[in-house]
Amino acid sequence: MAHEKVEKVIEEQPYGIVGQYSSPKDVYHAAEKFRDAGFKKFEVYSPFPIHGMDDAMGIKPTKLPWIILLCGLTGLTAGICLSTWSSSETWFGIEGGYKMIISGKPDGFEGIYEFIPVIFETTILLSAFGAVFGMIGLNGLPKLYNPLFKHDPFLKATDDGFFIAVECKDPLYDVKKVKEIFEKSGGDNVTEITD
Amino acid sequence: MSDTALDPFADNPKKRTSLVQGGLNFGQVTEKVCNVIEGNFGKAWWMCLGVSLSMLGLLGISIGYLLWEGVGIWGVNNPVGWGWAIVNFVFWVGIGHAGTLISAILFLLRQNWRTGVNRFAEAMTLMAVACAGIFPGIHIGRVWAAYWMFPLPNQMGLWPNFRSPLLWDMFAVSTYATVSLLFWYVGLIPDLATARDRAKSKIKKIAYGVFALGWTGANRHWQSYERAYATLAALATPLVLSVHTIVSFDFAVANLPGWHTTIFPPYFVAGAVFSGFAMVISLLVPIRKIFKLEDLITMRHLENMNKIILATGTMVGYAYAMEFFIAWYSGVELETFAFVNRAFGAPFGWAYWIMVTCNVITPQLFWFKKIRTSITMMFILSIFVNIGMWFERFVITMTLHRDFMPSSWGGYSPTFWDISTFIGSWGLFLTLLLLFVRFVPMIAIAEVKIVMPESDPHHGEEH
Repeated sequence: MAHEKVEKVIEEQPYGIVGQYSSPKDVYHAAEKFRDAGFKKFEVYSPFPIHGMDDAMGIKPTKLPWIILLCGLTGLTAGICLSTWSSSETWFGIEGGYKMIISGKPDGFEGIYEFIPVIFETTILLSAFGAVFGMIGLNGLPKLYNPLFKHDPFLKATDDGFFIAVECKDPLYDVKKVKEIFEKSGGDNVTEITD
Repeated sequence: MSDTALDPFADNPKKRTSLVQGGLNFGQVTEKVCNVIEGNFGKAWWMCLGVSLSMLGLLGISIGYLLWEGVGIWGVNNPVGWGWAIVNFVFWVGIGHAGTLISAILFLLRQNWRTGVNRFAEAMTLMAVACAGIFPGIHIGRVWAAYWMFPLPNQMGLWPNFRSPLLWDMFAVSTYATVSLLFWYVGLIPDLATARDRAKSKIKKIAYGVFALGWTGANRHWQSYERAYATLAALATPLVLSVHTIVSFDFAVANLPGWHTTIFPPYFVAGAVFSGFAMVISLLVPIRKIFKLEDLITMRHLENMNKIILATGTMVGYAYAMEFFIAWYSGVELETFAFVNRAFGAPFGWAYWIMVTCNVITPQLFWFKKIRTSITMMFILSIFVNIGMWFERFVITMTLHRDFMPSSWGGYSPTFWDISTFIGSWGLFLTLLLLFVRFVPMIAIAEVKIVMPESDPHHGEEH
């Protein structure tokens, strides 16, 4: 970006260009056009997930399952340690919790069968935390301010409007070229957005 | 069949009855659901809220008096140490199973019809679990020591007993409540964003906006969102089965004739699903009428739920019969006595027959399509199931009154405070329900749109 523009940038930073489509079909094919033109920093906004859109946009699968797995394993380990350690006298050479002999049943690791319900629940609980908070984190939420919210037609993105926004951070970003693709793919309300 | 458009069984899914009726488009679906929370609720809602709040107040008074005076105000005694409190706990937890079943298991089985009813059923789950959670807490006698149930050591370094079904129950129910709440909330995020974008007043915009977390519907967000939702469904499925299994362990692990049986876990789970679906029908039938949601909660939805009631009711009936058979077949005198006494003995034999009538006999009427698709009949039968399932738990708990030794036999009768606490828990349930209906989109708007054929990006294209 040229140096003389920096002065203006502080006040009104350009964000990108947004265009509206009327159906999942139109926005799907438009996304394919942006992908084929080589754009990376563009996003499709829709009131519900559109089947096959990841391929149409050319984006990689989410890393979320790995986060969930990690959290689940943490829950599993925590559950095993909590229940076996707290009911053993010595636990892997370290001092345990308090040995309780109830109905003559084995304690510590030997009694692990009776700890399964607890271990199972901690695994599920932490996996669920991983799924929900991982999703929120990966999506960069909560983010209550978004430049797109200033664009009035964008209110329809949670109703029956389908949008594509191309960010100016994209190396291929060029107002004329982007607008041309919007026009060719049937985009409506094509507007430049500032941050 | 001449009209294939109305055939829910057609092999070709495209010819099945449409899940969204009345030719609604995406915008009209939003409109229909949001009209409920944006509309004017008027006097009827305030009157209902007033009644529920009074009942909730009764709960407060009952619990307050209980804390002041102790569990002696209830009808519990020796040998019947578990009375209405445990009956009500199992009753409410059971009702809380339909929500997760609809959201999780039917999601994994790709049963698209779930989208019309899942939000409501999940909300009902949360409310029922909130009601259930009260009872074990107040039943322990010394409520200020309730934290002893948590995995914390006492001052002597002694930890809770991780082998105890009651501790398992604590873990299971609290995990279930947390995961159900998360699952419900995740499903709500896109719809809260819809409510935010439609809100006219500043307060509503901020309130919905904060809870919507700034959701925009970006595809990269949907990608993680869908994965999170599917994983939660996969996690909630074994969870929901484990919860009522563990609730049944509260009974089955005890060495008591009539309780100590291996059939309890599957039998309890089937019963829980049965009662939960019945409660969904009892609530949705009036609500879809009042809020004019017949196009979104269609007869196909209701009929499918009635079929599940029929199936699980038959399983419950099978379990009743099998319990009796095994009691006789085992040759254990005490086991046989417990069951014969349950059905024919004094003073609770009548309760057994209410249970059998409401849970086994009347749901069989759902074999008839006419009854299955009759609004009046399904409403009446679902109320019967609710009554029957309460009595099931009553019958099981009351097994306590005939112990091994006739010298330790006793009786049981509920006191005013038993009854007032139960009525009060309905107050909590209904208050939460009324608030939910008023402020939260009660149909999953985004999910309903996915099952409309127009949502397919290849809609109308030839393959």
